[in-house]
Amino acid sequence: MGKGRFGVHGGQYISETLMNAVLELEEAYNKYKNDPDFNRELEELLNQYAGRPSRLYYAERMTRDLNGAKIYLKREDLNHTGAHKVNNALGQVLLAKKMGKTRVIAETGAGQHGVATATVAAMMGMECEIFMGKEDCERQALNVYRMKLLGAKVHPVTSGTATLKDAVSETFREWTGRIEDTHYVIGSCMGPYPFPTIVRDFQAVISKEIKEQMLKAEGRLPDAVVACVGGGSNAIGTFYNFIEDKDVRLIGCEAAGRGIDTWETAATISTGKLGIFHGMKSYFCQNEYGQIAPVYSISAGLDYPGIGPEHAYLHDIGRAEYVAITDDEAVDAFEYLSRTEGIIPAIESAHAIAYAIKEAPKMDKDKIMVVTVSGRGDKDVAAIARYRGEDLYE
Amino acid sequence: MSNIRKAFENGKAFIPFITCGDPDLETTEKLIYAMVEAGADLIELGIPFSDPMAEGPVIQEGNIRALKNDVTTDMVFDMVVRVRKTVKIPMVFMTYANVLFSYDLDRFAAKCKEVGIDGVILPDVPYEEKEEFDKPFSKYDLDVISLVAPTSKNRIKSIAKDAKGFLYIVSSLGVTGVRSEITTDIKAMVDLAKEVNDIPCAVGFGISNPKTAKEMAEKSDGAIVGSAIVKICKEYGRDCVYPVAKFVKEMKDAIR
Repeated sequence: MGKGRFGVHGGQYISETLMNAVLELEEAYNKYKNDPDFNRELEELLNQYAGRPSRLYYAERMTRDLNGAKIYLKREDLNHTGAHKVNNALGQVLLAKKMGKTRVIAETGAGQHGVATATVAAMMGMECEIFMGKEDCERQALNVYRMKLLGAKVHPVTSGTATLKDAVSETFREWTGRIEDTHYVIGSCMGPYPFPTIVRDFQAVISKEIKEQMLKAEGRLPDAVVACVGGGSNAIGTFYNFIEDKDVRLIGCEAAGRGIDTWETAATISTGKLGIFHGMKSYFCQNEYGQIAPVYSISAGLDYPGIGPEHAYLHDIGRAEYVAITDDEAVDAFEYLSRTEGIIPAIESAHAIAYAIKEAPKMDKDKIMVVTVSGRGDKDVAAIARYRGEDLYE
Repeated sequence: MSNIRKAFENGKAFIPFITCGDPDLETTEKLIYAMVEAGADLIELGIPFSDPMAEGPVIQEGNIRALKNDVTTDMVFDMVVRVRKTVKIPMVFMTYANVLFSYDLDRFAAKCKEVGIDGVILPDVPYEEKEEFDKPFSKYDLDVISLVAPTSKNRIKSIAKDAKGFLYIVSSLGVTGVRSEITTDIKAMVDLAKEVNDIPCAVGFGISNPKTAKEMAEKSDGAIVGSAIVKICKEYGRDCVYPVAKFVKEMKDAIR
């Protein structure tokens, strides 16, 4: 079995054409990850450019209302570009630059990773091209324009189901055709090794900060940390530094779409099985012959038929729990957090909020739950209005 | 050792690819007979996959057409059983890792042996991950075909050394599809491979006309053509058998 395994998951299931590219990436990453200059430069960018550390906010009204565990929100929505995606984009584009690459390409679902990559590429003077499912381009038209403003070229992807999985496939195809000057900035903790590890490391700043901030605020670790999961990058970032703290529950919230007992779902752990796709072995929504299922969620960012290999492993060993949240629950939570705390979360993050709304009341008042608000919800306002029957267009 | 080497005993080999079930399995069956008749030395049968990452638009669409007809792996196996009653040349499957994995690797390999498939080409299984697939196939003396690409460089020798059946030389960067020219130094790749293993080398990706096929076959042991044929299948639908056969004959005559 190849490198980069998390239990049976992970590996490098990609075309021979790309193998030397991922080997070169691995070599570069191993060189720079412990390089003090690289890390200083990255930290400086995270702090001065992206606005880290992000706040750990005590949600007092939500806590009182739910009348259970004390709730803290990790405010990744306050980062520059409005989501956790910038943590990884800064890390990978800086790494690409050190490797001598002049062009970055990326897939995007909701558009958050595309915007983050286009932003960082603009700031670092790199050429940037983004692949986005045609359907997602329509769902998130504002983000498409945002990427163009930032100087990126946006390619609507029409193959397959014209959503995130097809955008990933198309970006891999693009990379296969032009490797020498190009780095593929994968947006989640997925794909062939070393991507799942690199993305996790760049997102682990989330849990590193939560730990420090929580110790400062409460003098102890939280009882549970909660995050939404598509590919799983904000979740692995939220979990990573707590994996060793066995008393901290790790909870990932998948998109159930219209329900895990329907075909219109994207809940991989609940409905998928072990498979090989997009460069990795992990769980995938698929039929009995291994054809990848056309998944569905109201959230373009969670509308993905797989999950990162490290999550699959954390699930196998029982270290993390994965729950499924429906569209209805997520939309309710979207409105709830807006009303209760004056924070409009991304519809992706609303899946994590929805779990907190269900779970916190069942927990004792001396328990602490941290929920990562992975992004802000401005991009979703029009879609939520339409979901509620209001004829609002951007 | 499998039967695959027999494909290279008849001069330079011509290796056509079709997607099973495009436009339907009945036509696929007729295509196989017609291509054998027209001089094909080895046939690559594509088992359709929903997300074929190594394919350009032409073969992607062929996969979608086949899946729209609800073609399954079991239906493809059944078709091969019918074809094998008369077809003697080697045949391999070309598909993606998950198609085999979901079927169960050992069960898939056993079934290949049973129906008379000689090997598999899996573009998303590189050298690093090959063992998992090679194990069940070796058990039945079937070959997992290795691929080398223009970017393989220092990897060519190790890949070629362990290669079985034939070595698939990917002619260019990018995905499958028709190209106007091939600029890679194919001869150098073939020479490197032959230094370590006396194995037939066939070139694929981007070959669409007799002239390029001839050039590629001169530098290697054969030419593989997919997209150009799938294009004909798209254009003619169920009437594609004659035009495909005509094309295969032209190509085989050019490289012979």
